[in-house]
Amino acid sequence: MTQPDPIPTAATAATAAARPGVAAGPADVIHNIGYRAYDGPRLGRGYARMSLYSQSLRGAYGLGRSAKSKVLPMILLAAMCVPALIIVAVTIFTDRTSLPLQYTRYAVVTQAVITLFLASQAPQSVSRDLRFKTTPLYFSRPIEVVDYVAAKFAALASALFLLTVLPLLILYVGALLGKLDFTDQTAGFAKALVSVILLSLLFAGIGLVIAAVTPRRGFGVAAIITLFVITYGAVSALQGVASTQEKWDVIGWVGLFSPITLIDGLQTWFLGATSAFPHAAGPPDVAAGCAYLLVVAGIIAGSFSLLVRRYRKAGLS
Amino acid sequence: MTTTTAPPAARPAAGPALYHPTVARLTYRALLGRRRALLLLGLPALLLVIVVAVRTLSGQDDGTAEDMLRSFALSPMVPLIGVIAGTGAIGPEIDDGSIIYLLAKPIRRSTIIITKLLVAMGVTVTFSAVPTLLAGFVLNGNGQNIAVSYAISTAVASVAYASVFLLLGVITRHAVVAGLVYALVWETVIGNLVPGAKTLSVQQWALAVGAKAAHGDLVHSAVSLTTGVVLLVVVTGAATWYAARRLSTLKPVGDE
Repeated sequence: MTQPDPIPTAATAATAAARPGVAAGPADVIHNIGYRAYDGPRLGRGYARMSLYSQSLRGAYGLGRSAKSKVLPMILLAAMCVPALIIVAVTIFTDRTSLPLQYTRYAVVTQAVITLFLASQAPQSVSRDLRFKTTPLYFSRPIEVVDYVAAKFAALASALFLLTVLPLLILYVGALLGKLDFTDQTAGFAKALVSVILLSLLFAGIGLVIAAVTPRRGFGVAAIITLFVITYGAVSALQGVASTQEKWDVIGWVGLFSPITLIDGLQTWFLGATSAFPHAAGPPDVAAGCAYLLVVAGIIAGSFSLLVRRYRKAGLS
Repeated sequence: MTTTTAPPAARPAAGPALYHPTVARLTYRALLGRRRALLLLGLPALLLVIVVAVRTLSGQDDGTAEDMLRSFALSPMVPLIGVIAGTGAIGPEIDDGSIIYLLAKPIRRSTIIITKLLVAMGVTVTFSAVPTLLAGFVLNGNGQNIAVSYAISTAVASVAYASVFLLLGVITRHAVVAGLVYALVWETVIGNLVPGAKTLSVQQWALAVGAKAAHGDLVHSAVSLTTGVVLLVVVTGAATWYAARRLSTLKPVGDE
């Protein structure tokens, strides 16, 4: 408490010098005017982490941000849901006994929309904190690097999960309303649920790692889209060639090299989905099936630890 | 800047220059900076790696070569390089407000746009047409002239994409997303579902030009050569003109 009062001391010293008869001693008083430290309950680390999570999740859909920022995520959400509504309508009005599109196939077909959402929201979530150097402010709160990364990762994965699960719910509810077979539909829906959870985690991890190393927002967007489109383009071109050469094994193995085909291969092998690869040639054997699982798990875990490493450094500057 | 040492006399009397070397140098430096250059080099490198893999997998085959060049080089690679180079030539400067220092110099804004456009075109053509030509030779040794045909197509497409994406970089802050939506959603997804959409696709116009160079009828386009050339010229010219026009009335704003 000695720090804030050099000015009064100097002032009294000056007045003391001006009036030589008065003693300097008794004027040097620090008055207690009733300031108190905060002694109420502290919400702590868990609360800070939850706040960061919910803010980031809301931010991914533009909630709590400007009206302009809501446009793109909402359009993308609509673009995900409208085809599902159309499919349901067609199914009900033509009295089909099954949905024309499998639940597990939906995310594969709409991958362009999912990629656009990821590319626009991952940099939004982390790039500006890095660019404007606000990360040290977060770490001056009672959260650690792991908390920040976990909150951002979970928020983006949840946002992607919402984006992918909503059309599935529409399909499922629509199918039940259309009196399609309950067990078939529930089994299909449950499988797709598992696969979109994995897809959300995988995409969020890749997107965040790229966004965290590109502080320029626009460049982060381009880098994420480029990665997804180019790997998918390369994989499907190679699969096309392998298909004309009738090398089915190659088709299955090549799928390891792009995010969406990883999910496709994984759900084909472990969840019994029909693959979107040429000739529905999923992973050819047990080794390939396990490779898909290992690669997906490896990328998710690897991206998390890369993010932690990145923020160990960025949190200091 | 030369204009600062010799003020108004330095401007040539024969009308405004279209190319300003200093602006060009700055743009080159912005485009080929560390990370962008990595991305720009990475795409052609990946193309060559894949092409070598395909050659070893399937041997020399004209159909495969045409398929690979169309579905990987012309379709996702060229538009992506166009987006990176076209928007990257001007977008970041507008984004962080530093364009104001360039606009404050006594240089015509149309000169700035045309210089940046020429640089963006140069970079896009270099990074897309040259690797495509190489890829064509690796795939089937230029059989049926496919390598040359696709190199021409990619070069033509690069020029059009560079001007369109430069315009996007001037008019919107979300140029990258808008450009990618056009290149990937419109040209690939909608172009495959709605036949009419192919008439409005840079890719098809470029194919129409390239197809003339190919022997045989392996390479074909959804539009005729005349339509392709006319639309290419119109789009490139209109985009450049409108970009210059928008830059004259640009109000720089800060980041969101």
